[in-house]
Amino acid sequence: MIEIKDLHKSYRTGSNSLHVLKGINFSVKEGELVAIMGSSGSGKSTLLNILGMLDGYDTGSYHLDGVLIKDLNETKAANYRNKFLGFIFQSFNLINYKSAWENVALPLYYQRIKRKERKDRALHHLETVGLKPWAEHLPSELSGGQKQRVAIARAMAAEPKVLLADEPTGALDSVTSHEVMALIQKINDEGRTILVVTHEEDIAHMCKRIVHLKDGVIVSDEFVEQQRAEANV
Amino acid sequence: MFSRDRWQEIFDTIKKNKLRTFLSGFTVTLGILIFTVLFGMGNGLKNAFMEFFMDDATNTFFIFPGRTTEPYRGFKQGRRIQFRNDDVEDIKKDFAYFLDYISPNIQRRGMVKYQGESNTYSVGGVGPSYRLNEKTIMMKGRYLNQHDIDNRTKVAVIGRLVERDLFGKDANAIGEYIVFNNVAYKVVGVFQDDGGDNEERVLYVPYTTLQLVEKNNDEISRIVLGYDTSIGHAGAMAFERSLTEYLKDKHNIAPEDRSGIFIRNLADIVQQNMMFANVIQMVVLLVGIGTLIAGVIGISNIMVFVVKERTKELGVRKALGATPWSVIGLVLQESVFITAIAGYIGLVIGILILRSMGDSLEDYFIVNPSVGVGTLVGATVILIFFGALAGYIPARRAARIKPIVALRDE
Repeated sequence: MIEIKDLHKSYRTGSNSLHVLKGINFSVKEGELVAIMGSSGSGKSTLLNILGMLDGYDTGSYHLDGVLIKDLNETKAANYRNKFLGFIFQSFNLINYKSAWENVALPLYYQRIKRKERKDRALHHLETVGLKPWAEHLPSELSGGQKQRVAIARAMAAEPKVLLADEPTGALDSVTSHEVMALIQKINDEGRTILVVTHEEDIAHMCKRIVHLKDGVIVSDEFVEQQRAEANV
Repeated sequence: MFSRDRWQEIFDTIKKNKLRTFLSGFTVTLGILIFTVLFGMGNGLKNAFMEFFMDDATNTFFIFPGRTTEPYRGFKQGRRIQFRNDDVEDIKKDFAYFLDYISPNIQRRGMVKYQGESNTYSVGGVGPSYRLNEKTIMMKGRYLNQHDIDNRTKVAVIGRLVERDLFGKDANAIGEYIVFNNVAYKVVGVFQDDGGDNEERVLYVPYTTLQLVEKNNDEISRIVLGYDTSIGHAGAMAFERSLTEYLKDKHNIAPEDRSGIFIRNLADIVQQNMMFANVIQMVVLLVGIGTLIAGVIGISNIMVFVVKERTKELGVRKALGATPWSVIGLVLQESVFITAIAGYIGLVIGILILRSMGDSLEDYFIVNPSVGVGTLVGATVILIFFGALAGYIPARRAARIKPIVALRDE
């Protein structure tokens, strides 16, 4: 599903050049649940941004579902993001003046799907995260855990090939964190490929594979015994 | 660009961000409102000027005698020039091609009596064609005619207010006798004039009669003539020059003597006044345009603020698959939509204000203040255009927002 070969990325700030990713080789098969770990400055966010086509890279190659992702113009990147990827953010990033279902339906709007069908599909995804009764509520009327579940429903709305979660539990307490991870595990069980960036060990161990990044290189990449989140709820 | 979904999206945004919408709309409403009212008042001023002059014919020359300042052909300087009836006859004969009408005019002012009532009025000794100059409208009876001039009849045509003052309301003055300078005149007509009260407190009698009863001479105080409008402005100027030359020669005035004879060309005076009105309107227009520009800058400022406020939202939209053009379209369409609606509201309010003003400011020379449809449509189109322009710069900046930057947690 994801194929990364010898990926390099550096940021130029004035005359200085900061080499952030120093040759990443990394591949993810369909249906995997991968945790990317690392301290701040290790390059994990940069890697996720590149994976999410939010940022470009200098050398190497990145294939997503067999398509080379390189030097895309903005419009093409937007279309690929819409088709291939679902994003889950630490701070949820729901649009605060849109109701839960409207937030979920937003990716479908950019696929030019008709309003009625958008609503049907959004409600279906809200149902899978258990929030159908809250469909008409604004984000401000929801708890942190509920917001993140709406965000997950939104990420799922366009039926993407890969879900990218950037610290999905970073803003949540441990109980809600486990609820959210249980949901992510459930989605993964249904066969969706998911990448989770985190710095929390227990969250990482709820995934099936842990990749450690340090100073721009992968220092370890191992499959682990998955801990089910439900057990901790 | 104009899909129903986009509109839905814009209506949703507007409905849920009322303060923002109100703020950006308000400056535009105010701008258009001020523009409309100012421009309407400018037009009203122009209308007032028009009305002021248009009740009199503008193809008119008033010819006044003066006093010479240079000796010429054996005459000393300082000689008073006197027009006589034959001057009128000569002009009529020699300038027939240019003339529409010509009338002598003797101006007097004095007490006019009818039975117990009396009042002071200006009395004009004129010929029948003088009516063409003042554009008087006969209400009752007739104007002076050639028979009155030839036979020096003692008849008078009086203004509407003269009749009301002397004879009382609803009275009929026709056939009655009034007394001016100890001579009784029979009233044969009553007229009205659009030029205001002063032009309706006037009496006209045959100039020949006035000459007879005063000193039995043929002196006249000025000549009023109307030129044929088909000769045009240039033709009128040429006519004015050759007429001056002709009269100077006839009255033995030095050609370069500027004070022997004066010709006042009413068209020139009207033109000068209209120019004045136009200048005022230009100033008003500039002020109006300034207000519009201020409004546009207002929108631009608010759109910059709006985009900044929406940075995160737009970043999310881009992460979810919004293309740069769809972001530009969203911001721009919203700004244009708000501008158009707000502008329209300002327009309607402005027109209502102008309507309610009506002619209540007539005393301040503002008559029927109004704005032409063309100007209004033009102003709105310009406003929308500048609204789009003002919105485009922030919109393009919005489209350039990198989702990673927008989504970075503070």
